Amino acid sequence: MQSITHRMKTFFFKRCFLSMALLMLLMPSFTLGEETVQIDVFNEALTKLTAASMQERSAAVEQLAAVQEPKAIVILQALLDGHLLKLKNDGKLVIGTDNGTGYQVNDAKTGQDLGRVDRDATQKITVNNSLRTSLRKTIGRLELKANDAKVRIAAVHAIAKAIDEEGLGLLRDRLTIEPDSSVQDEIKRVLGLEDLNSTDKTARLSAIDLLKNHATQDVVNRLNALVEKDADGNYVEADTDVRNQAKAALVTINSRLKLYAGVETLFFGLSLGAVLVLAAIGLAITFGVMGVINMAHGELMMLGAYTTYVMQQLMPNSLGWSLILSIPAAFMISALVGIAIERGIIRFLYGRPLETLLATFGVSLFLQQTVRSIFSPLNRSVAAPEWMSGTLQINDFLSLTWNRLYILVFCLMVFALLLQILKSTRLGLEVRAVAQNRNMAKAMGVPTARVDALTFGLGSGIAGVAGVALSQITNVGPNLGQSYIVDSFMVVVFGGVGNLWGTLVAGFTLGIANKLLEPVAGAVLAKILVLVFIILFIQKRPRGLFPQKGRAAEN
Amino acid sequence: MLSSLYKKDKTASWLLGSIALLSVLVPLFNFIFPVESALHFSAYSVSIMGKYLCFALLGLSLDLVWGYCGILALGQGAFFALGGYAMGMYLMRQIGNRSVYGNPLLPDFMVFLNWQELPWYWYGFEQFWFAALMVMLVPGLLAFVFGWLAFRSRVTGVYLSIITQALTYALLLAFFRNEMGFGGNNGLTDFKDILGFNIQSEAVRASLLLISGFMLILAFVVSRWIMSSKLGRVVTAVRDQESRVRFLGYRVEHFKLWIFVFSAMLAGIAGALYVPQVGIINPSEFSPINSLEIVIWVAIGGRGTLYGAIVGAVLVNYAKTLLTGWAPEIWLFFLGAAFILVTVFLPDGLVGFWQRHFQAQKS
Repeated sequence: MQSITHRMKTFFFKRCFLSMALLMLLMPSFTLGEETVQIDVFNEALTKLTAASMQERSAAVEQLAAVQEPKAIVILQALLDGHLLKLKNDGKLVIGTDNGTGYQVNDAKTGQDLGRVDRDATQKITVNNSLRTSLRKTIGRLELKANDAKVRIAAVHAIAKAIDEEGLGLLRDRLTIEPDSSVQDEIKRVLGLEDLNSTDKTARLSAIDLLKNHATQDVVNRLNALVEKDADGNYVEADTDVRNQAKAALVTINSRLKLYAGVETLFFGLSLGAVLVLAAIGLAITFGVMGVINMAHGELMMLGAYTTYVMQQLMPNSLGWSLILSIPAAFMISALVGIAIERGIIRFLYGRPLETLLATFGVSLFLQQTVRSIFSPLNRSVAAPEWMSGTLQINDFLSLTWNRLYILVFCLMVFALLLQILKSTRLGLEVRAVAQNRNMAKAMGVPTARVDALTFGLGSGIAGVAGVALSQITNVGPNLGQSYIVDSFMVVVFGGVGNLWGTLVAGFTLGIANKLLEPVAGAVLAKILVLVFIILFIQKRPRGLFPQKGRAAEN
Repeated sequence: MLSSLYKKDKTASWLLGSIALLSVLVPLFNFIFPVESALHFSAYSVSIMGKYLCFALLGLSLDLVWGYCGILALGQGAFFALGGYAMGMYLMRQIGNRSVYGNPLLPDFMVFLNWQELPWYWYGFEQFWFAALMVMLVPGLLAFVFGWLAFRSRVTGVYLSIITQALTYALLLAFFRNEMGFGGNNGLTDFKDILGFNIQSEAVRASLLLISGFMLILAFVVSRWIMSSKLGRVVTAVRDQESRVRFLGYRVEHFKLWIFVFSAMLAGIAGALYVPQVGIINPSEFSPINSLEIVIWVAIGGRGTLYGAIVGAVLVNYAKTLLTGWAPEIWLFFLGAAFILVTVFLPDGLVGFWQRHFQAQKS
């Protein structure tokens, strides 16, 4: 017990270092006494909380709030949530979480873990409605002083929910000393919404002006209410100036909302485009550079997705690491399978593109059925690590999901890496040489057979990496590849065969076009329209957006 | 014509003869021999035989464009399905007020979707002659528009294959939509009558089998005749040396377009014969894998021979019936292996292999 008190003292000392130093300068003799008094008050208040009368309990709440002690918030919150319990045997105050069979309890005063107790051995500290209201306010007030800006914002929201003169006073006071601009904005909005209800016209007008720049759904609803008509066709709001001001504000807000909606569509389009580019870029290598139609490309992606699933089964406790390690693993597995396909089948079929198409389609059926036999035909879900899930909340009207954001970044990284490989490695040079003129490259001593195998392995490996990304946004099943194969061919053909930049541009263009059409035409029709567009586009420009030029394009 | 064919090609005439014999004998044996007899063919084998003949016709239609003109069309299934839908629409209109909802005008799925009147494109389908015309016209028109655009701008080879695949994929997505008015996901089914006869009856099944056999033989003879005519020779030349044919002054795209449209119409007829025999048509017929399966029939049988396509279609589908009944998971392994082995080791297909073997023995 003594050591705990000691720890508490040091903790206290740190937190109140500045104010203590100040106090010491002014009245050195009181400092130690002050601290002891605080702890006494804290202990006394805790004992009082267990008292029978509700009045004493609410006095204890006031006392707790007055103590400058971070645990007080935790205890008050527990009290509000009904988690504050008294142990029947020794009267100790504990915070318990229900685990089905009993309570997992921690000492309220020290936070020490006291293990599990039976439900019968405890008694809940009850609260009534008026105490609950005052508890909420108290917690809000305390949290308003918290160090973490997020906690402060939550406190502002809590106060706004049950706003009264006292809460307004608190917020106004806080606004003058609040250092964080986002908390300031939050307070301003609450005050502005409150000012709308006042009788002072200038206050209301300036409130509208202020709210215009701090729009949330609440604000929009409130402003909309101001310009509404009632059932008889009369305006609800009598004051014309206020009404016009509100109308003007809504126009401003709506134009900003349109911008956000545009940004959101763009983001959805880009993220769909990123998926398409990831799926198509490996194909751009095998199809574009080597002229090989690999219908098993989708299945190589599927293998990558299943690799992610297996890695997650192997290391279930570290989702993040298993995902990161899946990237090289999926690359290796898909690349090896790809090289096996090239050595085993495709090398007999060079120069016969239609036959290659058929043979690789056979491979795709084979791989699909293999996976179906091993992992069952049912979809497997791959869990997302914590940093991949959730959203990046930019404001009330615009939030971007992390997984799509990561995939967008990942796609660009893969693209840059691939470009670098083709541009500045020996393999890249040889790949380009073979693509340009196979016979001449051979004559110059390029081992074309090895280059073919490695190129195909590279393209296939990238398909595997794309599969890792796909596992994060869709279910992993044997049909995963099939659903992307038509799309990825479209991207490559649209962009222009043999041109990686074309693939990138085409992928993003098609992604954005799809998402732009979706609200107008619906998801399926949008897809059909895009397909029809590509079919027509190919008629107009048979070699895609960025056709190859020069001698290499001849055949 | 038939006698001259017999003199020229014994293999082909043997094949035609056995098709004719089968399509007569199978239903006949089904009628005259009692169920317990060893010579009895069940009603099931009658309908499955009819199905095979439709597939053979479909394979034949693909062989015309792929085997003779070198256009690897990965969307042949789309024309088949369109013909099937045209026939399905006729059969739907024949149900009349015997449907579940009993609406004399609207098919069940439209009543279910709360539609008040028949869409304009359903008009006329209560007449058999109109539906029969549409069976050929709709696929033919689609092939004409698509082919005209594609061949005129000289989209060839792999590009053409991929956009034909995109075409059937787009149609698949479109027909899945309920708003299209073709029954959405479930397609058209629950047929009752064809030309006033009960579609379930054995006589109708037997006649459908007979008609399928007849159509197959007719299509074979006509295709054979076309391919040995001057037109067919130009088409074959386009396959082998497209640029040279163009330099000689032929309008290559016209020949391609002609053969493409003809083949699409044949596929449409195959679909129209198929639907009353299986009793359902749904959007899955448009799926790209179906079209790829047609390609493998022709590849296994041997392209550019016409009878190769028929042999391939029947053999592969017989294997499919056996394998999917016996061990469904084997089927895709088999199909996959067939694709690989045939393209690598049997580029001429079974017919080509047999011919080489046969001729080698002779000489």
